[in-house]
Amino acid sequence: MITLQNISKWYGKEKTLAVDSVSLSIPKGELFGLIGPDGAGKTSIFRMLTTVLLPDGGSATVNGFDVVKDYHQIRNCVGYMPGKFSLYPDLSIEENLNFFATIFNTTVEENYDLIKDIYIQIEPFKKRRAGQLSGGMKQKLALCCALIHKPTVLFLDEPTTGVDPVSRKEFWEMLKRLKAQGITILVSTPYMDEATLCDRIALIQNGKILSVETPDKIRAAYPDPLFAIKSDNMSDLLKILRSHPLVKNSYAFGEFAHATFKNEFLQEKDLGELLRHENLTAVELKRTEATIEDCFIQLLSA
Amino acid sequence: MKQFITFVKKEFAHVLRDKKTLFILFGMPVMQILIFGFALTNEIKNSQLVIIDNSHDVATQQIITRIEASRYFETEKTMMDAHEMESAFQEGNIKMALVFPANFNETLLHENKAQIQVIADATDPNTANMLSNYVSSIIGDYQQDLNKTMEVPYRIIPEIRMLYNPQLKGAPNFVPGVMALVLMLVCVMMTAISIVKEKETGTMEVLLVSPFKPVLVILSKAVPYLFLSLVNVISILLLSVFALDLPINGSLLLLFAESTLFIVVCLALGIFISIKTDSQQVAMLISLMGMLLPTMLFSGFMFPIENMPMPLQVISNLVPSKWYYIIVKSIMIKGLGFSAIWKETLVLVAMTLFLFGISIKNFKIRLA
Repeated sequence: MITLQNISKWYGKEKTLAVDSVSLSIPKGELFGLIGPDGAGKTSIFRMLTTVLLPDGGSATVNGFDVVKDYHQIRNCVGYMPGKFSLYPDLSIEENLNFFATIFNTTVEENYDLIKDIYIQIEPFKKRRAGQLSGGMKQKLALCCALIHKPTVLFLDEPTTGVDPVSRKEFWEMLKRLKAQGITILVSTPYMDEATLCDRIALIQNGKILSVETPDKIRAAYPDPLFAIKSDNMSDLLKILRSHPLVKNSYAFGEFAHATFKNEFLQEKDLGELLRHENLTAVELKRTEATIEDCFIQLLSA
Repeated sequence: MKQFITFVKKEFAHVLRDKKTLFILFGMPVMQILIFGFALTNEIKNSQLVIIDNSHDVATQQIITRIEASRYFETEKTMMDAHEMESAFQEGNIKMALVFPANFNETLLHENKAQIQVIADATDPNTANMLSNYVSSIIGDYQQDLNKTMEVPYRIIPEIRMLYNPQLKGAPNFVPGVMALVLMLVCVMMTAISIVKEKETGTMEVLLVSPFKPVLVILSKAVPYLFLSLVNVISILLLSVFALDLPINGSLLLLFAESTLFIVVCLALGIFISIKTDSQQVAMLISLMGMLLPTMLFSGFMFPIENMPMPLQVISNLVPSKWYYIIVKSIMIKGLGFSAIWKETLVLVAMTLFLFGISIKNFKIRLA
């Protein structure tokens, strides 16, 4: 269980605000996602919760322990995987795992069942030094090391950054299995598509929480009809959308452009008409469901 | 305790797997001893000396034989005029010239005195001085031998004894110096870097979020370097005894005990630097600038501290290697016991306590 109350953090002489009065409550056994771009303040929140950084305002607890006063108890019961690969590159997979097991007063054998699913994938390379592993394998090893002492709360700071799509998918499946064992997981990611895999997510930007909800509710709360538009001349299309007086918001989204309009009663055929007037050819236009990324962009522009 | 041992093992693995570190650790002391022992010595050997003998008699022959027998000179008998001699000096072919005038022996016997011209290249004043001293003392010896057979009413012969180092070898001076230098570098720089490395690579962050006490992280980093430094002490001593013929006159046990104390001072210093810095480069720079230079300047093994201006003499007291240098010289060369060095030992103990004290006070249990 994790609670944050108006927690703030600023850095340097200019007191740059990294975390701006954030309040959250994460119940036991939840897979909670902190979603936001680089520099949104995710890592600062993680560091304050794992007691390695002192908050400048507000308070927070992990498993009921205060992050400032009871830092020692928290350090005993949480697993932490920092955003940067933080194992020893000159030690082998096996040695890293054994080292962290011993540091946490346990053995690999004792909690092997918890890491088995993950460890089995990197076991064939257990003699290889951690520095020579691929990005995905490194993250799997780091997760094993963070899990080896059976933590009740797991902090994963951008665990899938720099990992290929297949490994990312596997990684999230592992998180689901861990959640099933009753472990509370706080995970951060800059990838919006991963957000839907969490129980609840907090969208965060410039140290502020924009919204906390289940991914479905966040998407359902998208206020306007959203259209995906495609043309054989995308750059012209985007230019026209951006300057068109009827367009509320528009941006490139994969191979499409996403747009919302000021007149919410506009239908697909009206819009097609409207765009053909602008000399655009091969226009393809459809109503689409908002993704988390659309919600994020909408919240930012609001 | 098991955690601590595992941590120490991990540290050993870091050191032993990194060939560069290993080379610095064990190559540097050996190299330094050999460089100081054979290349950078201020003893003068095999200097080019030309002898211009215009007399060719018994006396000149005897003096020349004695000079040739000395290993300080590489002699060459030749005839050259003043002009040729000058160009030989200018080209740097010779360091010194010895000119016997004609009828040397005759003049000596009849007039009771004779002159020898000694010309030295004084571009390096120390060398010129030493060479002319060597020549003078050889001639002086010869003169005394002559006088033995004669009755001379008054004679004062200085009986010079060079204590602890009768052959005036360079080794007794620099071996303790190199020991201080190497231990300082290895302990301070290596510990500082290895702790800062954990901060830089982010592993410190993971270690902080663990039940393992941060203070133990630091202590367990110091243990391997204590061992490795003791290995260095042994290798330096072996080299100095067997390669440089420098015996250990005092108690070996005491020497090891004092070396351990000095290593602990250095480790404490390294830990303090690591607490105050956040990158390996800065830690290395501070260790090098802050340790290497003062050790070279202020330990007394390159430049005598007595000749320094007062403020520098005061500063030199803050340099741990100065005290260790005195201790090693006393034990190794003079063969003294603990009663002679308890003051220096006390200074080192005080430094250790002080450094550990401020390290613990400044230690951070968090990142920033």
